[in-house]
Amino acid sequence: MEIYNLEKAFQEKIDKEIKIEPKDWMPEAYRKTNLRQISQHAHSEIVGMLPEGNWISRAPSLKRKAILIAKVQDEAGHGLYLYSSAETLGTSREQMIDDLHSGKAKYSSIFNYPTLTWADMGAVGWLVDGAAILNQVMLCRTSYGPYARAMVRICKEESFHQRQGFDALLVLSKGTEEQKAMCQDAINRWWWPSLMMFGPKDSESTNSDQSMKWKIKRKTNDELRQNFVDMIAEQIKLLGMTLPDPDLKWNEAKKQYDFGEINWDEFWNVVKGNGPCNKQRIAARRKAHEEGEWVRAAALAYAEKKQLRTKAKVA
Amino acid sequence: MPHTKNALSFTLHLADTALILAQRNGEWCAHGPILEQDIAITNITLDLIGQARNFYQYAARLHEANENAVTEDSLAYLRTEGQFKNLLICELPNGDWAQTILRQFFFSTFQMLLFEKMKQSNNTQWVAIAEKSIKETHYHVKWSSEWVIRLGDGTTESHDRITKALDTLWMYTGEFFIPASYEMIEVTALKNEWMNKVKEVFDEATLTIPENVFMQTGGKNGVHTENLGFVLTELQYLQRVFPGAEW
Repeated sequence: MEIYNLEKAFQEKIDKEIKIEPKDWMPEAYRKTNLRQISQHAHSEIVGMLPEGNWISRAPSLKRKAILIAKVQDEAGHGLYLYSSAETLGTSREQMIDDLHSGKAKYSSIFNYPTLTWADMGAVGWLVDGAAILNQVMLCRTSYGPYARAMVRICKEESFHQRQGFDALLVLSKGTEEQKAMCQDAINRWWWPSLMMFGPKDSESTNSDQSMKWKIKRKTNDELRQNFVDMIAEQIKLLGMTLPDPDLKWNEAKKQYDFGEINWDEFWNVVKGNGPCNKQRIAARRKAHEEGEWVRAAALAYAEKKQLRTKAKVA
Repeated sequence: MPHTKNALSFTLHLADTALILAQRNGEWCAHGPILEQDIAITNITLDLIGQARNFYQYAARLHEANENAVTEDSLAYLRTEGQFKNLLICELPNGDWAQTILRQFFFSTFQMLLFEKMKQSNNTQWVAIAEKSIKETHYHVKWSSEWVIRLGDGTTESHDRITKALDTLWMYTGEFFIPASYEMIEVTALKNEWMNKVKEVFDEATLTIPENVFMQTGGKNGVHTENLGFVLTELQYLQRVFPGAEW
């Protein structure tokens, strides 16, 4: 078939809501966009383990410690499914990890912010996972089959994380004066970076139109961001805390919240590597990978020896 | 009641041991040598936290008769170095992957034998916790044995590293079998079986059991290495800074 016809057949499938599978023909740009997005998502899960992993040793109760460990472990699991999904597009996990370490591949900028107090564990769960879920719920219906299926599993666990985060903040909000202050401070620091998680404005977003047409995405950055603001502006009332935006106001005519302008200069700077923890995050991932080199080599060497011995026995 | 006092001390010893090893293993989370193994060691950490909580909750009930404010958290977060009764081997730094693996193997092999014995005790709480935990412990033994073999019989570097780890750790294994006055399971009797199991894995891993090593002890009675103070400082920080707060 001519390329033109292949593309037409491909788009027809998408329009009919038929999932694209690894062995199906797909435009090169579709493969690339998916690979970029899925691997970026996988990297985000793995890098995202760092700011929360920080607090495992200091969690303030055994119950909270167990919940936090389970959460960070879930993220490692999500990373695994996502790397497997991305591998179906023809790039190895090893290559993707190298791209992360060299700076060629990106991960969610949110993880370049530091987790400074225990309340950050709650705020990350509630706001960061909350923002991620909106994106992920949409991705459960994305057109690439392996990605959509991975997202269904991930979404179930993520909504649990968000509830846990909110619950941790709720306890703080009813606690001592110091705990309340800790809670408000964490919300203040995580609010704007969470809004930035939805990416540039639709008018500035380069990949948006094609991704919508291919149903990789089904909602625009601005739509998702608005959904998030509307959700959090209501939930925060239950905490008795405030969001750090003087322009946040219910708009009766639009039936949604108006909110202030994001600091796009900060956004682009963090994307470009100038956030508070960009260097530390990548350094930590590289260190783990490099220090694990001899372990992986030993496992491989042993597996090969074992195989040879089995062969020798059979012969 | 000396019987209750011993039961309490022994339960705390079991809880502290599980907690401190969990605290150490938890340091690997997000820093493991490969994603699958990061998940595995974190899973073991979670199992150990679960065991610690079960033992602390039981210890809190043993306390209850005379003290109301004792909870799993007050036991874990508000006791000092001298009150902790964990095995010394648990508080040692993780070192490299070889040292972490070898410690897990020594410890889990011992814990499996201990839980087998506990299942036959006349304390129903211990029996219940041992029965629940032993399934996990079997997996910990299997996982760590496989890694000891892989590293011992892998590359020259991995063999050297695990040999070095053995040199560091062996002197802390004697404590498993030196009973404390409160200990209500006869641990001395577990030594032969433990040695046999270690030897079996070591043979396959091409490692040799050291001989004539002077054994370190003290943890069971609250005399620790210099490491424990640092571990507790991190573990207990929030509870110490904000006394009485709920989390």
